[in-house]
Amino acid sequence: MGEASEADTWVEPQGDAQKVPRPYDGEGAKLRARKLNAWYNRRQALYEIDFAIRPNQVTAIIGPSGCGKSTLIRCLNRMHELVLGARVEGEVLLDGADIYGANLDAVEVRRRIGMVFQKPNPFPNMSIADNVVAGLKLNGVKDGGKIEKAVRQNLEQVYLWEEVKDELHRSGASLSGGQQQRLCIARALAVEPEVLLMDEPCSALDPTATAKIEQLIAELKRTYTVVIVTHNMQQAARVADYTAFMYLGKLIEYDETAQLFENPREPLTERYITGKFG
Amino acid sequence: MMSRRFLADKIWLSLAFVAVVIAVIPLASILYEVTRLGISSMNIDFFTKLPPTLLPGSVGGMGNAVEGSLMLVALASLIGLPIGLLSGVFISEYGNNWYGSTVRFLGDVLVGNPSIVIGILGYILLVIPFHGFSLVAGGVALGVMTIPIVSNTTAEALKLVPNSLREASHALGIRKWRTSILILANAKSAVATGALLAIARVMGETAPLILTAGISTLWYSGPFQPVASLTYYIYYFSTSFPSHSAEFDLAWGAAFILIVIVMGINLGVRIITRGTTGHA
Amino acid sequence: MKRRSRTDAIFKWLTIIFATAVVFLAVLFFYELGTGSSLTLRSGFSFITGSKWDPVGNVFGVLPMLYGSLVTSAIALVIGVPISLGVAIFLSELAPHRVRSPFSFVVEMLAAVPSVVYGLWGLFVLAPVLRDDVYPVLRTYLGFLPIFQSSSTQLPGVSIMTAGIILAIMIIPIVSSISRDALLAVPDSQREAAYALGATKSEAIRISVLSYARSGIFASIFLGLGRAFGETIAVTMVIGNTPLITGSLFSPGYTLASLIANEFTEATTPVYISALVEAGLVLLTVVFLTNIAARVLISRLVKNREAASYL
Repeated sequence: MGEASEADTWVEPQGDAQKVPRPYDGEGAKLRARKLNAWYNRRQALYEIDFAIRPNQVTAIIGPSGCGKSTLIRCLNRMHELVLGARVEGEVLLDGADIYGANLDAVEVRRRIGMVFQKPNPFPNMSIADNVVAGLKLNGVKDGGKIEKAVRQNLEQVYLWEEVKDELHRSGASLSGGQQQRLCIARALAVEPEVLLMDEPCSALDPTATAKIEQLIAELKRTYTVVIVTHNMQQAARVADYTAFMYLGKLIEYDETAQLFENPREPLTERYITGKFG
Repeated sequence: MMSRRFLADKIWLSLAFVAVVIAVIPLASILYEVTRLGISSMNIDFFTKLPPTLLPGSVGGMGNAVEGSLMLVALASLIGLPIGLLSGVFISEYGNNWYGSTVRFLGDVLVGNPSIVIGILGYILLVIPFHGFSLVAGGVALGVMTIPIVSNTTAEALKLVPNSLREASHALGIRKWRTSILILANAKSAVATGALLAIARVMGETAPLILTAGISTLWYSGPFQPVASLTYYIYYFSTSFPSHSAEFDLAWGAAFILIVIVMGINLGVRIITRGTTGHA
Repeated sequence: MKRRSRTDAIFKWLTIIFATAVVFLAVLFFYELGTGSSLTLRSGFSFITGSKWDPVGNVFGVLPMLYGSLVTSAIALVIGVPISLGVAIFLSELAPHRVRSPFSFVVEMLAAVPSVVYGLWGLFVLAPVLRDDVYPVLRTYLGFLPIFQSSSTQLPGVSIMTAGIILAIMIIPIVSSISRDALLAVPDSQREAAYALGATKSEAIRISVLSYARSGIFASIFLGLGRAFGETIAVTMVIGNTPLITGSLFSPGYTLASLIANEFTEATTPVYISALVEAGLVLLTVVFLTNIAARVLISRLVKNREAASYL
């Protein structure tokens, strides 16, 4: 069964759309998975994934439940291996260097590739301010001035500063769901990652909070490379520049978002998009 | 910076492992020493003879202590198990209210009470009025100790039985009291576990006996007479006699037999329930 | 609606009566110990603040015993809590799953050892080792601290320090098991948040697990304190039973529990007995209060856990 490989992608420039280098062989990719396989004990969850992510773009991964999209994104920052019985084979290259290689430690990888989770998980025993700089402090930053600045800058970046600036001492868990998620994003950004992975970041939130975060994602790509897993196709269509469709652990199609949704090449993709399953 | 963090990480993680090793050493040492020093006293005399008299060269055993301990534990179980069991049934089946929570809470708190205080209570209520130490006083004191333990372990065991069983029983028109007994039967291994552990616990108690059962150098001589016990004898012989005396050796022998019984019960119970409750 | 059968009612009331036994016991303790010590309760706080215990002269002050109980418990906590936390963290976060069962089993076995056997072992195995190998080293290197000074050339094996060490071992099971339950209750999402920030394993445990499980850990410490404060036989066998207050941990001492165990059977006059009962009342009150504090913390932990799962 033929998986669409990158080299076959032909993208028609449309009007003023930026010309995409073609064929895209992953050169200049920020993050690239090569022959990536993953298992939970004996059950294989990812099959030979070949996937390149462009810098400063938003890339979405969609697919029905159980297709492996969460597993894939967790392999991109070495979170998958924390699960008991989990195994990974293959390479994931961050600017050309294999994050599973001997030269990079998982701890350093996770600082450079940050993650935001489906259920917001601020540390409840820490204040809002402490939550933001939790990762920063781990890296040895002690200077009070720098910490204060980091708190303000990162909260401003996620549009939370105005809402919480008078209550920075309150527990991180005392905020609403949407605010908590923005706090988690601020916390992830504070360690200055290069890539931000988001695993269904809005599925636990109401529409208003979701809209705020989607707006934020559009701005974040200026500074970071964003990869977002979502079960909501409309969300992918709204925020993502590129979208990958996965099914049963395989990457089926990967294209510019508009192309994938309007002109899918694979019949499976078309069936998913038109709602025939999933 | 990173290498300092990694070094710190390795140090902290090794410290946790060191803690575990430190925790294991005393247990290993206790088991080793008790066996080494006590096993030589394990002979038929130990179980059939009375303690040595003060005449030089006298030998003896701890038959009366073995007998006494067993009788005390039997009496304690007779008193404590039924009360504790039914109390546990109350908490689980009839106690979803403030009173049930109070009983549960007080039970937990009472479990931690100093055992010497139970001895004082026993002394005031059972020794003074009856003018002396006795088996009854000791058994009741130990029984009182088991009540909160059995009450709460029973309640927990019963709560583990899924509600669907209760509902099915009610739906079939079975009366509540019969249902409760059904639930009890269903949880019988967990309940038995709790009871056995409570028994093992009181078998190893000394402090309450000092003030209630007293000590005796004779065989059992009646419920209102003092009675010997393994634990009190260990205390008495090891602190009042020199190191190479017959009494000293007997004390270690008693410690050995006590460990065998008490830890045997603990071990047995935990091995048997390992698969069922998953409470590793 | 079925008509209630009489057996139903009888059974229900039977369970209520027996359950009330638990409540009754709690009340009974305080009532009996209160009335039993009425003769000496009248003299008020001098019981606790007085440092002379002279039954013949009818002077009853338990300060040295209270001191002994407090200091031995403190030593037990200082030594025992870190070890227990290490064990709890090991069993909850670090150990590979296959190893967890045997190790936690061993810790549970520590709880099964009768206290008189702890005392026996402490007196004849631990104390000589401490006396000959450990204490002299402590005195040599840490002797500038008053707690490690001593006027005698030969340090005794029985002392407050030895009692504290035995107690530390005895509280390991309770502190580590309650702490471990608290650690296991921390949701995985917390750990993930820490790892995703680029934390090492110990850092992740520190910021995501330990602070979240704080109240459970405190509860376990309170329970350990209650256990240590009330322990009688093991302490009596290794503390030396001398009502002294010195600044040194190497000197023998006395605890409230040991006092009662040693002297109750010898007490002849009603006043003497009353004083001993009052000592028991003090002991009961302290342990009762610490246990209540611990159980309240634990129940709040359970409630918070249920509330937090709405997220």
